[in-house]
Amino acid sequence: MIRMQDLRKDFDVRVKAGRLRREKRTVSAVDGVSLTIEPGEMVGYIGPNGAGKSTTLKMLTGVLSPTSGEVSVFGLAPVPQRTRLALRIGVVFGQRSQLWWDLPLRESFQLLRHIYRVPPAEHETRLRRCRDLLDLDSFLDTPVRQLSLGQRMRGEITAALLHGPKVLFLDEPTIGLDVVSKQAVRSFLAELGATGDVTLVLTTHDLADIERLCDRLVVIDHGRVVHDGTIEALHARYGSRRSLVVDLDEPLPPGFTLPGASLTGVEADGHRVTFALDGASAGTAVAGLVAVASVRDLSVLEPDIEDVVARLYQAT
Amino acid sequence: MGNARIYAALAGGKWRSMLSYRASFAAEVLSNVGATALDVTTVFVLFRATATVGGFTLAEAVLMTGLTAFGFVLADMTVGNIDDLKRYVRTGLLDTMLTRPLPVLPQLVFTDLPLRKVLRLVFGATVYAVALVANDVHWTVGRVLLAAAAPVGAALFFGAIFVLTASFAFWWVESGEIGNGFTYGGRDFTSYPITVYSNWFRDLFAYTLGFGFVAYQPALALLGRADPLGLPAWAGYVSPLVALPAVAIATAVWRIGIRHYRSTGS
Repeated sequence: MIRMQDLRKDFDVRVKAGRLRREKRTVSAVDGVSLTIEPGEMVGYIGPNGAGKSTTLKMLTGVLSPTSGEVSVFGLAPVPQRTRLALRIGVVFGQRSQLWWDLPLRESFQLLRHIYRVPPAEHETRLRRCRDLLDLDSFLDTPVRQLSLGQRMRGEITAALLHGPKVLFLDEPTIGLDVVSKQAVRSFLAELGATGDVTLVLTTHDLADIERLCDRLVVIDHGRVVHDGTIEALHARYGSRRSLVVDLDEPLPPGFTLPGASLTGVEADGHRVTFALDGASAGTAVAGLVAVASVRDLSVLEPDIEDVVARLYQAT
Repeated sequence: MGNARIYAALAGGKWRSMLSYRASFAAEVLSNVGATALDVTTVFVLFRATATVGGFTLAEAVLMTGLTAFGFVLADMTVGNIDDLKRYVRTGLLDTMLTRPLPVLPQLVFTDLPLRKVLRLVFGATVYAVALVANDVHWTVGRVLLAAAAPVGAALFFGAIFVLTASFAFWWVESGEIGNGFTYGGRDFTSYPITVYSNWFRDLFAYTLGFGFVAYQPALALLGRADPLGLPAWAGYVSPLVALPAVAIATAVWRIGIRHYRSTGS
């Protein structure tokens, strides 16, 4: 459904060289990306600032033409067939509103209904669903300029869905939102994706979005794909491990080892120790500990995806 | 035009947006009339000092002024706000227009229709009509057609200049006020008989850039006057056609420009 083959986008930037002279330099924002996305997938695109996420999305939506390589969505070439493609995709650019600033939200939706030539009945059905799931009713008649960011984002997502697109592209849909709004947006998108009718492609800096929504994670850095797969695959690849934090009455005997786990931290004079689980299950590790020491408290920590990603960015 | 209803809806949206700022909308409407009135007054002031300018009487000159004012305001009321493209390019707002199933130019035009200029249109049309009456035009079929086609040609010509100069923003985001030199400068140029300008300046603006065919030549044909600068009489009748190459060039430059659009980081 979405295909990118060796996709590149170069920008010419002028950099200062001396007092008046400026030099032209070519920067590759996207540097040879090849990806295929199938119908119904939920793909999360992450990467540091300037990695090329938004540029890729803009090439997929027909905003920017690629410097080289191929890109197609529904078999359409996004830039030359921009208007045909636009009828079949939904786009949310978190930072750029597609709503009418001075009009009530409801009227923005009406204008979009005209732009996308949606029959009134279909429009009503889709709007009704979004109103229920995103709780729009309390601010449907408020001018967009007076909406909070969270309300506006819910409006933006509705606006992108009213013409019934089969692919929804979201560029940082949760940026700047408070916890409650983030939750609302995420559960809505999760529900949308669960129906299997809509393919979701989103970029984000918030890994919780990915964990909650995406079965496929694409990490991009310096314009190149550095990881493409599930979150579990990422953990496996970068050796991130669960860890076991144990509070003890007495420090462990010197030279103590736990099969299938390695000691990674000792705190509070040996009263708190941390083991990384290399193969042992949490259960066997706990049993091994209880056999030699008196355990007061313990907790098992899931690997932190933020750490993994931070390591990934540094490695490239 | 299957899209006409969509554009009408967009224009309606703009209208309702305006109504949410009633007072400032009213103030803008009035100040806009004031500006146009001032332009026309300038011509009258000039003729207080001398009976003829460049070989033309006041009434004849007002025909050129009126034709210019009417044509220009027609263009200004439709594509005048295309100037704002600079802002759309600088902020990357053009992205949202590019993801909709409509061509960008009409979207921009109708989303941001400068309705505050509506009274200027009335004013421009009135000056033109009054000038036609005041000049005792010897009406023929050709002249009736020309009288109708001339403002349309002028509007298309100015519209093309608006679009052309706005397109510069695709290459130079900070194109600033360069465009105004051609749009407002061009309007001021065509408001007077071109015989008043010095040779090289006249050659450049009137003939090379085509401004001489916007008001001066059609006015000559309507008045039945021979061109002191030597163009044949039929030139006045065909001069509205100068809008066609202007529109073609503007469209081509716009299309190339939009391919140059590079959006902004987000």
